[in-house]
Amino acid sequence: MSTYYHRAVQDIRDNGFLSSVTIITIALSILIVSAFALFFTNANNVMNYWEKGVKIMAYLKPGTSQKNLHDIKRNIQEIYGVQDVNFISKEEAFKKLKKQMKRQSSILMNLNENPLPDAFEIRMTTSSQRSEKVEEIATKIESMPLIEDIEYGQKWLEQFTNIFDLFRLAGYTIGGIFFIATVFIMANTIRLAIYMRREEIEIMRLVGASEKFIKGPFYIESIIQGTLGGMGGIVALFITFKLISSTVENSFKYELLDIKFLSPEFYCGIILCSIFVGWLGCYISLKQFLKT
Amino acid sequence: MVDGKDKSSIIQMFHVHKYYGSKKALVDITLNVSKNEFIFISGPSGAGKSTLLRLLYLGEPVSEGQILVDGMNLSRISGKKIHFLRRKFGIIFQDYKLIPTKTVFDNVALVLEASGKKRKFIEKKVRSVLRTVGIEQKINALPPSLSGGEQQRAAVARAVVGIPRIILADEPTGSLDSDSADIILNLLKNFHAHGGTVIVATHDKELIRKAGGRILHLKQGYLHFPG
Repeated sequence: MSTYYHRAVQDIRDNGFLSSVTIITIALSILIVSAFALFFTNANNVMNYWEKGVKIMAYLKPGTSQKNLHDIKRNIQEIYGVQDVNFISKEEAFKKLKKQMKRQSSILMNLNENPLPDAFEIRMTTSSQRSEKVEEIATKIESMPLIEDIEYGQKWLEQFTNIFDLFRLAGYTIGGIFFIATVFIMANTIRLAIYMRREEIEIMRLVGASEKFIKGPFYIESIIQGTLGGMGGIVALFITFKLISSTVENSFKYELLDIKFLSPEFYCGIILCSIFVGWLGCYISLKQFLKT
Repeated sequence: MVDGKDKSSIIQMFHVHKYYGSKKALVDITLNVSKNEFIFISGPSGAGKSTLLRLLYLGEPVSEGQILVDGMNLSRISGKKIHFLRRKFGIIFQDYKLIPTKTVFDNVALVLEASGKKRKFIEKKVRSVLRTVGIEQKINALPPSLSGGEQQRAAVARAVVGIPRIILADEPTGSLDSDSADIILNLLKNFHAHGGTVIVATHDKELIRKAGGRILHLKQGYLHFPG
């Protein structure tokens, strides 16, 4: 094994230009795939952030007693998928409304009585934030006797979920296409490298080298090239990310645009994938090229 | 055993034919080569000399017939085991076939690395063989920087370093001046003197005259004077 490793390292050195081209090609492929993964991960975070904002407002019938409030709250809390239930009294709601209207709050001063109802603000657990689950919980709450009306942005939530599902599907499809494209690019680059060394391979065969002896260093080379290419791609992405994110952060200070780099697990996974793709590219090329 | 030498067969060819489409390259070759023989296969260009050598190391398969090399039936050797056959040969080509990106040392060492020899042994052995062929000072040179004679000596070093049973030499002096050709011939004679079998394909009558040994003549694929 150490002989194969030394030969692989020596081959990389002897064929410096070709090895550099292979590593750069792998790095560029990994850069494209990981840039897409970075965009997708951040977009996913934004989507999750929006999803977490989904809540149900349940408005109570006028004159609901204090005792009934406790019963209703308990009944709502018992529904599967409900995380927490907050009571918002009509006085509290009126105060909030005045605060939100600011300059137009004088309009509210002319009202004889508070027109707002008492209400419950209901938040769902993470697993129940999907449109169909929210709708199911809302229907149960609406059917309770002292509930007059409910509101949960039905139409918006449905459209948002559909768009998100479509986005997710597109993400997996494009990610898959990029992965296959990367395998083919690498397989062709390695095949080109093998083709350029066909004379050397032929000579090795003539002097009695076994297939294992010929192929072993190629596999080790492709694993080294996959590792270096993968790391190069991630480093290039990180530099690009730092340059772009500092510009974006200076322009927007919203939580919505709190873009993050890939997690260590994720980029280690990408490097492992790059190694695997290097190995796979080598396997495909050798299988096609070194037929005995 | 005759005259203290083992005269049993090392190569046997039985009614071997080789066709390229409808063209007959070799026709009905039956040949017996004894251990420690020095054989010349002569004939004009295109007579089939190189083809005959290629058939011996399975550079290409026969169209018809059987070949036995040191007890191995070539028709029964699978692609994965072909290296066992090739390790029996040291092959010298007219165009040297040295790897241009590797040093003389690496080119010669390749044979020993391929057969799994230890690094220390390889270093010692390669140096010794390069000394024998007279190019030890070129050990770190790349083949393109060497003269034709030096490249052919490196090729001979590579052919003998693994101590093969047989040397196959295809026009080994074809592109060399007479001094370089003499050095190559002496190296082949030296290998033969140490018990090796040598088969040389050449149309160089001067080389044959100097070396002696059995002569086979190929003409249009037919073998004459098979001995």
